[in-house]
Amino acid sequence: MKDDFLTIGGIQLKSRLIVGTGKYKDFEQTRTAIEASGAEMVTVAVRRVNIIDRDKENLLDYIDPKKYKILPNTAGCYTADEAVRTARLARAAGITNLVKLEVIGDQKTLFPDTAGLIEAAKILVKEGFVVLPYTNDDPIVAKRLEDVGCACVMPLAAPIGSGLGIRNPYNIQIIRETIKVPVIVDAGVGTASDAAIAMEMGCDGVLMNTGIAGAQDPIAMAEAMKYAVRAGRLAYKAGRIPKKLYANASSPVEGMIE
Amino acid sequence: MIRLYLNGEGREFAPNTTVANLLEALQTSPERVAVELNLRILDKQEYARTVLKEGDRLEIISFVGGGS
Repeated sequence: MKDDFLTIGGIQLKSRLIVGTGKYKDFEQTRTAIEASGAEMVTVAVRRVNIIDRDKENLLDYIDPKKYKILPNTAGCYTADEAVRTARLARAAGITNLVKLEVIGDQKTLFPDTAGLIEAAKILVKEGFVVLPYTNDDPIVAKRLEDVGCACVMPLAAPIGSGLGIRNPYNIQIIRETIKVPVIVDAGVGTASDAAIAMEMGCDGVLMNTGIAGAQDPIAMAEAMKYAVRAGRLAYKAGRIPKKLYANASSPVEGMIE
Repeated sequence: MIRLYLNGEGREFAPNTTVANLLEALQTSPERVAVELNLRILDKQEYARTVLKEGDRLEIISFVGGGS
């Protein structure tokens, strides 16, 4: 599958897997897992520098912005204002104008506040950001996000960190059919088959963090996810056989011995 | 001395401290951070010429591990 790029806001990615950098044991494990995943786009959180106890090591010493597309996220923001402010700060760091936009609605579910999300997306698109919104598996909201100019839509498979896989494949399918910008399944992927299913459905990519970082062997899971996303994509492009209730022999019926 | 509020923490600094001086004192590389001064985000070119005043509030952020 040569030249089967995922293009988001003009950026071409060979790998359709986007990974997070949270929950790893240390920066070294983060780097090794990301390398094993084959991902080219990597999401990071925006946080206050620790003034009192300066930790000399920086995540970007391990995840080289020259090698990876850095995708700052607004995780932890509960209002459109907070998310917009965080995105502006992220851009001011001078590395990128990409933002994984999150406006969280509730601490227990971490489901998006979609009203706040659309409001923030509108502002950030106008300011020239390339906006990748984390959204619910709601086709109408996905359409609104596309209409306000988001570079892709990123519906959740299941709650963040839940590992439940795609809870509502029919909604994801409707989103895929109605949206022209790339559809990236973001959050809730638990294992390789979840990622493969998303890709077989025709989604353009998968974004995950806990599914890899929380595995017993994150490096091995990162590699598994790399293959799952590729396999799912290949199967989607290949065009699967229709499902049938009865058998259909794959050996010829002619020439049987009598 | 002047009192500045860095990420919510009050700290004393010499008068005429610039944002660039402050980052140096904090051993923080300007390339890896963004600075907001009294709710206004500064361009990196402003760091060297922005002199801080008593009571200024700064947010200094960088990127850390995170997914969602």
